Amino acid sequence: MYKLLKYSLYDIVKSRFALLYTLFLVLVAISIYQVSEDMGKVSLSLLNIMLMIVPLIAAVFASTHFFNNLEFTELMLAQPVKRRDVFLSQFLAVAFVLSMALIVGFGVPMLIWGADVTILTLLGIGIGLSVIFAGLAFLASVMTRDKAKAIGISLSFWIYFSLVYDGFVLYLIYSLADYPLEKTTLGLVFLNPVDLGRIIMLMQLDISALMGYTGAFFQNFFGSFQGILISSGVLLLWMLWPSYFALRVFRKKDF
Amino acid sequence: MISVRHIHKKFGKLDVLKDFELEFQAGNSYALMGPNGSGKTTLIKIILAMVLPNSGDVLVNGQSIKGNTAYRSQIGYMPQIGRYPDNMRIGQLFSMMQDIRPEIKDYDMDLVKAFGLDTMLDKPMHTLSGGTRQKVSAALAFMFRPAILILDEPTAGLDPIAVEVLKNKIKREREAGKLILITSHILSELEELTNQAIYIFEGEVFFNDSVESLKDITGENKFSTAIARLMEWSLKKNTKKTELAHV
Repeated sequence: MYKLLKYSLYDIVKSRFALLYTLFLVLVAISIYQVSEDMGKVSLSLLNIMLMIVPLIAAVFASTHFFNNLEFTELMLAQPVKRRDVFLSQFLAVAFVLSMALIVGFGVPMLIWGADVTILTLLGIGIGLSVIFAGLAFLASVMTRDKAKAIGISLSFWIYFSLVYDGFVLYLIYSLADYPLEKTTLGLVFLNPVDLGRIIMLMQLDISALMGYTGAFFQNFFGSFQGILISSGVLLLWMLWPSYFALRVFRKKDF
Repeated sequence: MISVRHIHKKFGKLDVLKDFELEFQAGNSYALMGPNGSGKTTLIKIILAMVLPNSGDVLVNGQSIKGNTAYRSQIGYMPQIGRYPDNMRIGQLFSMMQDIRPEIKDYDMDLVKAFGLDTMLDKPMHTLSGGTRQKVSAALAFMFRPAILILDEPTAGLDPIAVEVLKNKIKREREAGKLILITSHILSELEELTNQAIYIFEGEVFFNDSVESLKDITGENKFSTAIARLMEWSLKKNTKKTELAHV
């Protein structure tokens, strides 16, 4: 397992993607730090960019990597190693590289210009989203035989969670504006990891007052210890289930 | 040594192998023949558990391969098209494979030397030609002195000198009492390397016996004409089937 992980990691690090992605994140972070001195504004801008870019890159890179590495996977399956180990080494290598790029890319500017707890939360959410969307992309990849189809499905996951879902929630809230919807909205937030990440972060920034009564309710929930525990638990669940199901399909797949 | 029992495999609606039964004994060398798409590669991949059958089981040395990975350390597999990670160098590939099998310390480097691969250990895999990649596949299949060798079109894409080197190596291993399974479309090569003939047709075993009895049954004394006769028969059997289906 560790041996396989070592070789998978070596292969990804050798490809230029990891370096380019890190450089891109560094540039984004530097430019945002240049614009404002206020730490709250910086983390809000970083958050908005991160919520768009990190899931997108994670989804596309993970599905591309799965199919580019199909040869390696096939080679390994003919060797005396477990299928589970082959899958996990691939998945963990992708998750590790995506997370490291984020930690280095956003972390280096933070070390230079300062950081607070909110930015650390931001990093945590970014890593969570990388793992979640890499998992969804692996799930899409093991279910299809075609690279283009897998990338397409991964992209639609991204579009769904980043754009479509919010539209659906807004529509629901507007059409049912006469009813108390706080708990429903909270439930809906848990069904979308991108929204969940956004809300956790916004609650840390003390701008919930802008969101009216729902904001106050959210502040109450996410501000409490129990709320933090539940929301990070749900985020963790999101990190685990796609890759778990992908592994189950992978173990039964024909190569 | 390998017994394939009641294997049934479907790809979608297509039955690739139908209630497939075969026995492979150590010390023999089997020629696996059949038209394109008859299920040869699928059979090999099922033995390696790269493809999982819908029903049935494969026993290697009397043990089921289900949930078992250790048995694969006894099999040297040379794929039809060897594809390797682009960024890896030949030497790294070799040391990785050795790393995966820590229990084996005694490597067979005959083919590595004979193919001159030891002089290009630092070449990345993506710079190699198709033939050189085949050489790497061959060298890897023999490297761990496995008791079973499964070679899927081993000489395709190799230059004549390399073909001779590989053939001689296969003959030496065969004399050493190993179980060898070869699929190929080059009949002269199969005649030279094997003593048992298996002909697969539409997912079923059409013929399975020694090469001598194949020649006896068909009444031909040349291997290639005997096989041609076998192919004719299998096609006739097929037309009979469709005729019956129309009645």
